[in-house]
Amino acid sequence: MSGLSKSLTRSALRPVLIGVGSLILFFIFLEFAVRFGLINQFAVAPPSDIVKAFPRLFAEEHVGDRFLDTAFEAVIASVFVALFGISAGVLLYKVRILRLATETWVAAFAAAPTVLLYPLFLVIFGRNATTIIMMGFVAGLAPVTLKTLEGLSTTRRVLVNVGRSFNLTEWQLFWKILFPSALPTIFVGVRLGLVFALINIVGVEFLINFGGLGALINELSERFDLAGTYAAICFVILVSVMVFMTTERAERWLTSAG
Amino acid sequence: MSIAPARDPVVPAEAAQPPLLVVDDIVMRFETPEGSVTAVEHVSFDVKQGEFLAVIGPSGCGKSTLFNIIGGLLDGYQGRVAVGGKRIIGPHRSIGMVFQEESTFPWRTVIDNVAFPLEVAGMTKAERIERARHFVRLVGLDGFERRYPAELSGGMRQRVSMARTLASEPKIMLMDEPFGALDEQTRLLLGDKVIQIQQELNQTTLLITHNITEAVQLADRVLVMTYRPGRVKRFVAIDLPRPRNSEIVGSDTFGHYVAQIWSDLREEASRGMIADESRSRGRGRAE
Ligand SMILES: Nc1ncnc2c1ncn2[C@@H]1O[C@H](COP(=O)(O)OP(=O)(O)OP(=O)(O)O)[C@@H](O)[C@H]1O
Ligand SMILES: [Mg+2]
Repeated sequence: MSGLSKSLTRSALRPVLIGVGSLILFFIFLEFAVRFGLINQFAVAPPSDIVKAFPRLFAEEHVGDRFLDTAFEAVIASVFVALFGISAGVLLYKVRILRLATETWVAAFAAAPTVLLYPLFLVIFGRNATTIIMMGFVAGLAPVTLKTLEGLSTTRRVLVNVGRSFNLTEWQLFWKILFPSALPTIFVGVRLGLVFALINIVGVEFLINFGGLGALINELSERFDLAGTYAAICFVILVSVMVFMTTERAERWLTSAG
Repeated sequence: MSIAPARDPVVPAEAAQPPLLVVDDIVMRFETPEGSVTAVEHVSFDVKQGEFLAVIGPSGCGKSTLFNIIGGLLDGYQGRVAVGGKRIIGPHRSIGMVFQEESTFPWRTVIDNVAFPLEVAGMTKAERIERARHFVRLVGLDGFERRYPAELSGGMRQRVSMARTLASEPKIMLMDEPFGALDEQTRLLLGDKVIQIQQELNQTTLLITHNITEAVQLADRVLVMTYRPGRVKRFVAIDLPRPRNSEIVGSDTFGHYVAQIWSDLREEASRGMIADESRSRGRGRAE
């Protein structure tokens, strides 16, 4: 017995087991709570029904295609977020007056619920994928810009001095020292931006009932398919977790490989 | 007491040779909210090709400021820095710097750190790796080429910085307390390494330090600076035989030099402490 617990302590599996275990316990509790009427069954579907609804999502609702729609929008938005966010961060770093003038705004913008802007985007771009991509882009931009700026301006002075002592040009100083030194921080920003963009993309899909997973949730809920709705929500959560874990891996790989 | 004037040659045969580095009447003031601080005041000295000069002084006496001025990283000073008879302004390729703080690039391996100046100079990959390997070996880090700085000890990282600066093959090495953060034993052993390399390359070297043992162990000549404002207090020629190694630290002559420099420094250090104390008292009263 003690041998078993010792080997469990050592294994990296233990935290995972505890996490999954408490999740299962929660679902069991939910199942009983709904079945015995503690929670209104028209508000929450029992977990067993949600699980049963999953095959239906694939067979009838083409959740795979919906996922690809959302993924497509997310990838385009992320590329734009990274491109423009990093460029904006570099610009703010280089142009001092611009930084002093706008840094607070950008920070405020990062905290603002940009999803509320969707009617405006609807008017500008119409009810289509462009609106969704732009909404994702807008949501992800600020954290990337801020983190890029932070990474560049917290580069250790002595590293810059090393570059200067080797007579580097401004261009070399940026690409050989400032940027690589800021890269881990920039990557944190890109991850945040990606998550923000994804949240907004699914949210706007839901709101304007167009495109991928968000629209699917909207349709299912309007059909009062409670189990299906929750199954779709679970699917979105799973996707987010996967994205989060993948970027975490990528970050670790990037920072360790230099 | 051997008070060497600035032009006293270490090797008489080289007396005719013009100095490689001339530091002429440097004055540096910093404007701070509390007024102007004079960090360096009228400092002048010459360094000959192949000479090892140690600059020693109490903390805050302007050593790093002087180092940054010679290296061209600071401007707004009065006076003149010349290499080989020509005035230099800004960073210059004939001067290589090793900094007081940890300064390896954490995103580059040891070999890529050392190859950095060669890469910037546009050398091909194969060529620069080959050159860098030589300098990695010189500082005794062979076998660690593929490691990242985070995987090395503090002393090893300082050796990487040193190899990186050596790889750019500067005429003059400036080192600002490169071993300041290390323990005494490591410092002595790295000192041996520095001497060995300096002798091997006949490298003109300026070592800034506040460690008397280190100064006497390594240098041909020691410049003792006064407490703020940093002025030249004295030059001490170290007439110890070469090749030297850290074993010399136990000898009588060595002790004599240390005692001599310490008596100079003690004066300055206590002056500094009194100045600091009265300043903080003054501030305490004001608040
Ligand atoms: N950028 C600056 N602005 C204002 N004052 C400065 C600046 N740099 C240095 N000083 C002042 O100049 C003096 C000399 O500083 P410096 O760093 O050269 O001392 P140091 O001899 O290297 O000291 P240490 O041995 O502690 O490294 C100090 O009083 C310091 O406060
Ligand atoms: Mg210093």
